[in-house]
Amino acid sequence: MTDLSKNILALREKKAVVEMGGGEAAIEKQIAMGKMTARDRILSLLDKNSFHEYDLFVKHDGRDFGMDKKDLPGDGVVTGTGTIFGAPVCIYAQDFTVAGGSLGLQHARKITKIMDHALKMKCPIIGINDSGGARIQEGVGALAGYGEIFYRNTIASGVIPQISLILGPCAGGAVYSPALTDFVFVVENISKMFITGPNVIKTVLGEDISMEDLGGARVHAEVTGNAHFYAKSEQECFDQVKRLVSFIPWNNEHRAKAFEPKEPSAMLNIEEVVPSDPKQPYDVRDVIKCIVDDSDFLEVQQLWAANIVVGFGRMGGETVGFVANQPMVLAGVLDCDSADKAARFIRFCDSFNIPIITLEDMPGYLPGVDQEHAGVIRHGAKVLYAYSEATVPKITVILRKAYGGGYIAMNSRHLGADFVFAWPSAEIAVMGPEGAANIIFRKEIMAAEDQEAMRQEKVKEYTEKFANPYVAASRGFIDSVIEPKETRSLLLHALKFSISKEEYRPAKKHGLPPF
Amino acid sequence: MKENKQELVDFAVTARKYKTTLTEKFKHRPIWHKPYAGDVISHLPGTIVELEVKEGDEVQAGQLLLIHQAMKMLNRVVAPVSGVIEQVNVHAGEQIPKDHLMVRIAVK
Repeated sequence: MTDLSKNILALREKKAVVEMGGGEAAIEKQIAMGKMTARDRILSLLDKNSFHEYDLFVKHDGRDFGMDKKDLPGDGVVTGTGTIFGAPVCIYAQDFTVAGGSLGLQHARKITKIMDHALKMKCPIIGINDSGGARIQEGVGALAGYGEIFYRNTIASGVIPQISLILGPCAGGAVYSPALTDFVFVVENISKMFITGPNVIKTVLGEDISMEDLGGARVHAEVTGNAHFYAKSEQECFDQVKRLVSFIPWNNEHRAKAFEPKEPSAMLNIEEVVPSDPKQPYDVRDVIKCIVDDSDFLEVQQLWAANIVVGFGRMGGETVGFVANQPMVLAGVLDCDSADKAARFIRFCDSFNIPIITLEDMPGYLPGVDQEHAGVIRHGAKVLYAYSEATVPKITVILRKAYGGGYIAMNSRHLGADFVFAWPSAEIAVMGPEGAANIIFRKEIMAAEDQEAMRQEKVKEYTEKFANPYVAASRGFIDSVIEPKETRSLLLHALKFSISKEEYRPAKKHGLPPF
Repeated sequence: MKENKQELVDFAVTARKYKTTLTEKFKHRPIWHKPYAGDVISHLPGTIVELEVKEGDEVQAGQLLLIHQAMKMLNRVVAPVSGVIEQVNVHAGEQIPKDHLMVRIAVK
């Protein structure tokens, strides 16, 4: 045997040892929990044979509490590069089989190294979180590691897409890395995220709650809004990630990859989806399906703040972002949560060169003490800020109701919309006819013998005069009143027309969105 | 979609009622009650370490009522208003939960 082949064999042996992670028993335990191993997760997510692992031989830093005698393969994290549908991505996956995926300084340095690489190469970074938290034996070294990750999450924000998968526990300070990234994926029964766990809450507050009820996948997908995609299994989660990656660009200087244009495939008649009575609900996603290529719509945060719908589709092969009021849920009002959801999505689209299409049908803001005290003023303002700030093509279609502050907020001409279309069923007014009539004709109504009859008459009068798109059209606030059937072709026209759009803002360090 | 299976309800936004569905979060939203200025309520569970007042005492706003140990801190709980102590619902050494009415002051 030559020296070279001996060396090659030695390398193979060394690699094989590290690739076994925490060993057979630990891997069996991981699988018994319904989880895949870190390497299997990466291989399932990336294109076949595309993964190249970095830093296989990194050793941990622990010197105290007997840690110097312990060997932690790969220091509990797998990092590297690969492709998804041919798009380059940097990736890391915490390995729960090695010391519970705990984070020490070298574990963190492996992560920050691959993050730096992603930022330099301008490709998306994907983090798979499955860790018991800081490696207590390493003390402040572990804290330093977290801080260095958070710093990079922030610096990379808006430059490269950042995607987090929560495939195990992610507790305490560790949750702030996913929170700083663009999209968080959770899986039923597997994901657990919280700042303080059930034990501490029980001790300090006496409140008894399970991990699942406190910070399980469903809670973050439906109640907190911390998660953007919810899956029943890890494989479904990986499919969701791949689908998302197909809709977004590699970085803020690229556009998303264009696909072959396709006609909508949904068997829906756009004229029949929206009832003419403004009080009757419908599912606004049916309108989106009538508009987008192949009726293919990837909804983001489907379960949280369902009174607004956000997500990606393609028009003429190019990615667009949709923001649409959902009359099916809470009548499509804006409230704290739906405003946060819309504003964040708008900012993602603006950061990554994705045109925004707004479908508007909303009666106003959600009334209530809880809303006012929760700061709906501040939250609602985020929508105004995000739309006004955005310089990507911004197109609005007013389907039915556009009342008051809601009209202004939902990408009105006044906030810089490039195109505003309205269906003939649109009602652009300062408020709904009932409310307006009650105020404007208060004296006449009070003086009438039959007050209810007079009220109805005045509501009718106001509706005929003002609850239509033509008053706004007469001021040039909307560009055209269009037939529902024309919506797709006019949106395609508007998108084509705005392909070279350039809009500049005064130079500044950064603005102050109402966080 | 889950919501489609739910019954449509009347939902009032300003002067008009819309047919729509409600979210679980909306159904469980906190209902506001006007707080009584003389109620001294625990914001954390903990232990009453010292009790400085009894029923019938006259107190001035800012006067120490009790010391409540919570989150590893000895918290000084003072009278929010001047008045007469109407109720004392705790004793020294007692462990109390969150949102417990510790003392009620009849506001002068």
